[in-house]
Amino acid sequence: MDALIAQLQRQFRDYTISLYQQGFLDDQFTELKKLQDDGSPDFVAEVLTLFFEDCVKLISNMARALDKTTGTVDFSQVGASVHQLKGSSSSVGAKRVKALCVSFKEYCEAKNYEGCVRCLQQVDIEYKALKTKLQDMFNLEKQIIQAGGRVPQVDIN
Amino acid sequence: MGVETESKFHVLAVDDSLFDRKMIERLLQKSSCQVTTVDSGSKALEFLGLRVDDNDPNALSTSPQIHQEVEINLIITDYCMPGMTGYDLLKKVKESAAFRSIPVVIMSSENVPARISRCLEEGAEEFFLKPVKLADLTKLKPHMMKTKLKKESEKPVAIEEIVVSKPEIEKEEDSSVIEILPLHQELESEQLEPMLCSNKRKAMEEVISTDRSRPKYNDITTSV
Repeated sequence: MDALIAQLQRQFRDYTISLYQQGFLDDQFTELKKLQDDGSPDFVAEVLTLFFEDCVKLISNMARALDKTTGTVDFSQVGASVHQLKGSSSSVGAKRVKALCVSFKEYCEAKNYEGCVRCLQQVDIEYKALKTKLQDMFNLEKQIIQAGGRVPQVDIN
Repeated sequence: MGVETESKFHVLAVDDSLFDRKMIERLLQKSSCQVTTVDSGSKALEFLGLRVDDNDPNALSTSPQIHQEVEINLIITDYCMPGMTGYDLLKKVKESAAFRSIPVVIMSSENVPARISRCLEEGAEEFFLKPVKLADLTKLKPHMMKTKLKKESEKPVAIEEIVVSKPEIEKEEDSSVIEILPLHQELESEQLEPMLCSNKRKAMEEVISTDRSRPKYNDITTSV
C-alpha cells in the first residue's frame, strides 16, 4: 500500500507543479492553500466552487451585454463584469483567466467590440480548462487519502 | 504569532462581494480573529450602533438604545462598493465621537495612489491591495492592540498622539515606496472615476509596489 501511496503522491506533486509551470496557477493559489486547515478542511474546494459559479454567471452577463441584437452595446456593463471576474480570478490564483481579464478590460475601455468578443470566447475556454485541471488535481488528492496517505505539501520553488 | 490574549480581537469586515467576504473571513479567522462580515457600509454602521438617517445620509447619531455591546477592534472594508464606498464609511466612522478610535483598514483591487493617500489622510491605518495575503494581516495586530491597551489602561489617548506615533510602527528599511504623484494631478482623475472605480490610466496600473505598507508623508518621494 505504501508503494501505491508514494506513487500517487509523486503524481500529485508533479501534476501540481505542472499547473504552475504552465501558467494555470500562480502564487495566490499557494496563499489560498495556506488558509485550509483541520478547522476548514474544504476551504479551497469551497472557494473554487464559488469562483467557477461566478465565472458562469459573469460570462453570461458579458455575453448578454455584448449582444448587438438587443441594441447598442453597453461597454461599461461588460467592464463591470470583467472587473469582478478579474478580482475573483486574482484571489484564487487563476493566472491565465486573470491575464485575459486584464486585456478584456482594456478592450472594454477602448470600446473595441471585436476585441471584447474574442476575449469573451477565450475567457470561457480558459476557465473551463482550469476547472478540468483542478478537478483532476482534487481527484488525485482523493485517491491519496483513500489509499490511506496524506496529501503532500507541494513546494513550488 | 504573538501572545495569545484571553479574548480574541473582533474584526468587522465589509465587502459587497460574497466571494471576497469569504476570503477575508477565512484570512482573519486564520489570524486568530473573531470576524463579523457585512455586505455594505450602511450595515456596518448599523452593526456598530450608529443610526443612519435615510432622509439625510449625512446625519449620523448614536441610537440611544444601542450601547455598543460588541467591541470591535478593527474595521476592514473594501473601497469600491455601491452606495456607501469604503471611503465614505471611513469618514463616517472617523466623524463619530463614539467610534473614531476604531482603526479602519481599506482594501482595493486597484493601485491608485491618489485613492490611497485620500484614505490614509482621512485616518485609515493601512491600505491593502487585493488579493490580501495572510502576511498582510500581521500588520493589523499593532493597531488592534492599541485599542485594547487603551481600554485596559482607561487613559484616553489623544488622537494626535496616535497620529504622531504611527511612523514608529513602520519599517524604516523599506526601500520600495508606493509612487505618489502630485495630488492635484491625481485628484482630477479620481473625480472622473465611474461608479465602478476602475482606473483608466494604464500608466498607473504599471506601478505596482510589492510593499503594501503605508507610504510616508513627511517626505513624499517618487521612486522609480
